[in-house]
Amino acid sequence: MKEPSNTVFLERKSYRKRRMMDAARVLPLVGVVLVLIPLFWSRGDGGTSAALIYYFGVWLLLIVVAAVLSRRLGDVDAETGD
Amino acid sequence: MSFNILIAVCLAYVVVLFLVAFVAEKRASEGRLGWLRSPLIYTLSLSIYCTAWTFYGAVGYATRSGLEFLTIYLGPTLVVVGWWLLLRKLVRIGRQFRITSIADLVSSRYGKSNTLGVVVTLLAVVGSTPYIALQLQSVSLSFSVFANEAPVGVHLADINTTALWVAAGLALFTVLFGTRNLDANERHHGVVTAIAVEAVVKLIALVAVGVFVVWGVAGGPADIMDRIQQSPNAAWDPNLGRWISLTFLSGAAFLCLPRMFQVLVVENADERHLATASWAFPLYLLLMSLFVLPIAVVGIGMMPTGANPDLFVLTIPLALDQNALALLAFLGGFSSATSMVIVAAIALSTMVSNHIVMPLWLQANGTGASMSGDVRKVVLIARRTSIAGVLALGYAYLRISGGGASLAAIGLISFAGVAQILPAMMGGIFWRGATRTGALLGLVVGFAIWAYTIFLPSFGGASLLPDHIMAQGPFGIGWLRPQGLFGTYGLDPVVHAVFWSIFLNSCAFFVGSVLTFPAPMERLQGAQFVNIFDHSKGAQGWTRSMAETEDLLVMAQRILGPKQAQALFRTVAQEQGKAGYLPDPEPVFLERLERELTGSVGAATAHAMVEQIVGGASVSVKDLMAVADETAQIMEYSSQLEAKSEEVARAARQLREANDKLTELSVQKDGFLSQISHELRTPMTSIRAFSEILRENDGMTDPERRRYSGIIHDETVRLTRLLDDLLDLSVLENGQIDLTLAHVSIDGMLDRALLSGKPHEASDTLRVTRVSSRPNVVVRTDADRLTQVFINLISNVYKYCDATRPELTLRISDIGDDIAIDFVDNGTGIRGRDQAVLFEKFSRLGDEKAAGGAGLGLAICREIMGRLGGTIAYLPGQGGAAFRVTLPVDATGTQNPPDLKHS
Repeated sequence: MKEPSNTVFLERKSYRKRRMMDAARVLPLVGVVLVLIPLFWSRGDGGTSAALIYYFGVWLLLIVVAAVLSRRLGDVDAETGD
Repeated sequence: MSFNILIAVCLAYVVVLFLVAFVAEKRASEGRLGWLRSPLIYTLSLSIYCTAWTFYGAVGYATRSGLEFLTIYLGPTLVVVGWWLLLRKLVRIGRQFRITSIADLVSSRYGKSNTLGVVVTLLAVVGSTPYIALQLQSVSLSFSVFANEAPVGVHLADINTTALWVAAGLALFTVLFGTRNLDANERHHGVVTAIAVEAVVKLIALVAVGVFVVWGVAGGPADIMDRIQQSPNAAWDPNLGRWISLTFLSGAAFLCLPRMFQVLVVENADERHLATASWAFPLYLLLMSLFVLPIAVVGIGMMPTGANPDLFVLTIPLALDQNALALLAFLGGFSSATSMVIVAAIALSTMVSNHIVMPLWLQANGTGASMSGDVRKVVLIARRTSIAGVLALGYAYLRISGGGASLAAIGLISFAGVAQILPAMMGGIFWRGATRTGALLGLVVGFAIWAYTIFLPSFGGASLLPDHIMAQGPFGIGWLRPQGLFGTYGLDPVVHAVFWSIFLNSCAFFVGSVLTFPAPMERLQGAQFVNIFDHSKGAQGWTRSMAETEDLLVMAQRILGPKQAQALFRTVAQEQGKAGYLPDPEPVFLERLERELTGSVGAATAHAMVEQIVGGASVSVKDLMAVADETAQIMEYSSQLEAKSEEVARAARQLREANDKLTELSVQKDGFLSQISHELRTPMTSIRAFSEILRENDGMTDPERRRYSGIIHDETVRLTRLLDDLLDLSVLENGQIDLTLAHVSIDGMLDRALLSGKPHEASDTLRVTRVSSRPNVVVRTDADRLTQVFINLISNVYKYCDATRPELTLRISDIGDDIAIDFVDNGTGIRGRDQAVLFEKFSRLGDEKAAGGAGLGLAICREIMGRLGGTIAYLPGQGGAAFRVTLPVDATGTQNPPDLKHS
C-alpha cells in the first residue's frame, strides 16, 4: 500500500492513477458517512419515502463513481500491482 | 395451477441447470473458457449473497421494519465499492497462496495451524447450518403455497418431506459438479455458470413481480409513494444501533461467509474482475431491493391479516391469478435457495475434508502420506460425504427447530456467527503482529459469546437455555444474562450479540497477539500476507533435505493424479537440467509442490504431508549458507563471463593490430619493390648507354674505349653487389642462413675488418684507436658474419666521416653478460631525425654518390646481429657517428636452434 520512497516525482499519468487509487480508498468511507446521515434526521411522519429516495440516490451515486474508478483502475492493477 | 405442473416445471428447470453446468464443464475441460471467465459471470456468481432469505425474506423484513432491510444490502455495497482497500488484497492472497476456503486462509496465515482451521471450520458449519435449513424451509414453504392453493395453512409434514427431497437433489447436484476435480482451487466452471444463470433468473423474477406490483396492482410510482405514506412504516424512526450493527454485520458476513469467500476469492479467475464487480454487484443489489418496499406495502394493503409477509412475492401474483408470474417468482426463490446451498455445501465440504477428515485420516494411517492407498479417493470420498453431511445437518436443524423463527432472524444469527472470523482475518492480512494464539483466543471467545447470547436462545423455549438463565442469568448473576451482558439488556438482542461478541472477540485477539510470540512459520506467513503487494512470491521456507523425491512423487500422484503429478515433476526436473521424473528436492520445488497440493487438500494438510516425507520445515543456518553459496556461485559465474568477454575483446584487439601490421607490411613491400626496380634500373641504364656507344662508334680511341668499358665494368660490379646484398638480406630475413659457430677472438675479427674495410683508393688517412676493458676477448659466434658487420661499419666511416683527419675509436667493454663493441668516429654524426631510419632498407643519408651502395648495408648488419643473438644500435652523444654492437659471449641458443649448425 505504501508508495515507493525512492520516487519523488511521477509523470502526469502515473500521478493521475495514484490519485485514482486514493479516491478508491476514500469512496467506502464517504459511503459510510452518506449512509449514516438519514439516521440523524428528525423522526416523524412521511420520512420513510424521503429516506427511500435518499438511499437509492446515494446507492446510485456510489455505483456511478465506482464504475468510473474501476475503469481507470482496472488496468493499473495489472501493471503495477499497487 | 396444479401442483403437478409446478413439479414438472421445477424438474425441467433443474434439468436445464444440470445441462448448463455440464456444458460449461465440458467447454472448460476442452480449454474453451471464453465467456466462462468473464467479469460478468464473476459478478453474477457473487449474487449468491442474495439467498431465499433476501428473495422472500426482504419483503417480510420490510413489512415488519420498513427500510431497515436495506442494511443487509448496504453493508456488502460498501465493502465491494471499497474493493481497492480490502477485496483486492484478499483476492491476491487467495490466488497467491492457492487458498481453498476461509478456514484455509486463517490456518495458512497463522503458520498453517490446523487447530485454527478446525475452529474456523466448526464455526462455519455451526453458523451455516441454520442458514441452509432456512433455504430448505423457504423452498418447501413455497412448494406448499402452491400445493394448498392458499396463502395460509401450511402442513408441517409436507414441508419436511419436500425439504428432504430438495436436500437430496441439491446434494446430488453438488456432488456431481462440485467434486468433479479434486483441486478445490480450480474453478468449478459448471457450478459457477449454473449459479450465474440462477442469478439472472432470480433478478428477472423479482423485478417482474415488482413491475407487476407497481404498474399492475398499484398505479405507478406516485401511487406507491402514497401507499408508503399510508403504511404502518411511514414514520421515519430508524433504530440507530440496529442500522449501524446490521450494516456492519452484513458487510462482515459478505467477507466471512464460507460461500461468499468461495465465489469471491476461490473461484476468482482474474483479479481485474473485481474492478467490474465493484460497480456491477452494487447495481445488482440495488435492482434486487428496488421493489422490496413497494411489494411489502402493496401486500400489506391487499393480503388478509395474518398472511405470512415472507411469502408476499409468491402470494400476491397467486391471489391475482397471475399463475405464470407466480411460477417465475417461485423459480426465482428456488434459484436463490439452491445456488446458496450448492456453494455453501462446496465451501463447507472443502473445509471439513481438508481440516478435519484429512488430518484425522493422516493420523490414523500413522506412517504418513507415502504409504499405500489412494489419497485422491480418500479426499473425494471425504468431500462427498461432507456435502451430504452438511445438507443432512441443515435438514436436521429444520426438523429440530421446527422452522418457527422468521426467515430474517435466522439469517442474522447466521451472519453474526460467521462474522466472528472477521477480526482474525482482517488482523491477519493487515497486522503483522497478529499471532496464532491471539486468533485462536478471539475466535473461541467470539464463538462462545455468539452461541450464548443469540444462537442458543434462538431455539426458543426451554430446550437449550432454561428460562431462569434467560431471565436471571446463570447462578442468578444478573449481569451475565444472555441478552443483557453487563447490564446492557436495554439493547436489541441482535445488536447486543453483535456488539459483545465482536468486541470481546477483538479484545481477546488483540491482547492474545500482543502478549504471545509467534513461531517462525507464523512470522514468515504473516509478513507475506500483510506485504502481499510488495513481494508477490511465495516462500514458505522448505529446507533442502534428505527428502526422497520418489516418495514425494508417490504421494503427489495419489493427490494430483498420476498424469498431473508426473508432468509437474518432469517440468521441474527439466528446469533443474535433469532428465527423467525425479528432480532434486530443492526448497523451491518443495514449495511449488506444496502449493499444488494445497489446491487439493488445503495448506495445513499439504504442509503436513510434505513435512512427513521431507522432515523439518524451518529455515536453518545450513539453508541460509546454501543460499549464500548459490549467490556466490552466481557471482563467480558472472565474473567468469566478464573475463570471457574481456578475453574476446583482447583477441579482437590483437586481430586488429595484426591486420594493421599486415597492411603496413604490404605497403612496405610495395615500396621495397619500387625501390629495388629503381636501384636496378640506374646501373642498367648507364651500362646500356655506354655499351651502345661502344657498338655504334667504330672510330674510337683506345683510351676512350677503356674508359667506357671501365664504367660498364664498374656499374656491373655495383649491380652485382646490389644483387648480392639483396640476396643476403632476403636470406637473412627468411632466417635461412646457416651459422658456423666457433670460439673466435674479437680483436682478430677487428683486424681483418680494418684491412678489408679500407677501400682500394683510400690512403692511410684513418687513425684507429682501440680501447679494451680486457685483453683478448673471445666469443662463440659466426666469425664471417660478425666480420661482415664490422667491415660494413668501418667502410661506412671511410665513406661518410667528414672530418679532415678522420679518426675511429674501437671500444670493447662488458655489459652484463654481453660484450659491447663501439665504433665511434670524429665526424658530424647523424642527425636525430635520421637515426630512426638508419637501419631501414635503402635509407641513404646525405650524398648518394659517396655511398656507392644500395643503402642495404646497415639493414643487413641489423639482420645479422639479430641472427647472432645480439643487437646493433646507433649510440648518440659520442661526438661523432657511433654504433654499438652487442653480442652474447656465447651465441648458442639465442636464436632459433634449427638454424644453428654446430661445428
